[in-house]
Amino acid sequence: MSLSSYWSSFDAFIAMGGYGLYVWGSYLVTAAGLAIEIALLVARRRRTLSMLAHLHGSDGK
Amino acid sequence: MQSPASTPDAPRTRFSWTYFASPATFYPLAGAMIPWFAAAAALLCAAGLYVGLVVAPTDATQGDSYRIIFIHVGAAWMSMFLYVVMAFWAIIGLAWNTRLAAMMSSAIAPTGALFTFLALWTGALWGKPTWGAWWVWDARLTSELILLFLYIGFMALQAAIDDPRRADRAGAVLAIVGVINVPVIYFSVQWWNTLHQGSSVSMTRAPSMAATMVLGMILVALGFWMYSIAAVLSRARSIMLERERRTDWVITEVGKAA
Repeated sequence: MSLSSYWSSFDAFIAMGGYGLYVWGSYLVTAAGLAIEIALLVARRRRTLSMLAHLHGSDGK
Repeated sequence: MQSPASTPDAPRTRFSWTYFASPATFYPLAGAMIPWFAAAAALLCAAGLYVGLVVAPTDATQGDSYRIIFIHVGAAWMSMFLYVVMAFWAIIGLAWNTRLAAMMSSAIAPTGALFTFLALWTGALWGKPTWGAWWVWDARLTSELILLFLYIGFMALQAAIDDPRRADRAGAVLAIVGVINVPVIYFSVQWWNTLHQGSSVSMTRAPSMAATMVLGMILVALGFWMYSIAAVLSRARSIMLERERRTDWVITEVGKAA
């Protein structure tokens, strides 16, 4: 299967002309960095809301 | 008290920028904006990656290693831009002693540090195949590393001071003094003889190739920008709730969320 005029196959796409380690090492770490930040932001919001619920009572008194 | 910022429930007769200057009014606005910026970030990054990895041709001299450019440049731009925005809010916070400005400054730092790390990381992975070295003590790389230390120093300083208002002021001074490093990074490739290349938007390449390359780069950079806004707003919302936990508006928000 040809992905585009530059990639003859999926394997060629992964190989990145021999630079696969560098290219995918960059893209995967970037994706992981953003995913970790998103997870930390969601966890912080949950923690903050549960702290507030504990502080004020879940009825929001 | 007729100040619009202090009476968020009062009908607004005219638009006022100061209306959103209080956490009570900015909190719901930020919450409503986050999904839109997050969706824009996802779409722009997906489009940019498609253009960069599938549509854009292989570079004549660097082969496919050049494809790191699509995330490297956007991350590097955001690392500098976020620092300037952080310093801007620090100045506003110091000058007018506004709570929200200081919270925005604190909310930007971790995202700025992340993009600085990613610029350095992707740069190292690009430097190895093109220069033969993961790292060189070149003016561009060294000043970008100093930027990472400034972000980390800002966060460590704020974390070390218990009183939030004092932490705000100490962090603001560091952020403002450190902003001098941003033009040093930006102009380093012109001021010194660096191994790092000059302008990333080259005019010497074939026009059709440069067009798709620039398009992919701009799309991902815009995606990172939208992502940064969403991430910073989300963090700012948590900071607002934590720091104002005893106030009436937070108690009302907790009631709504429960």
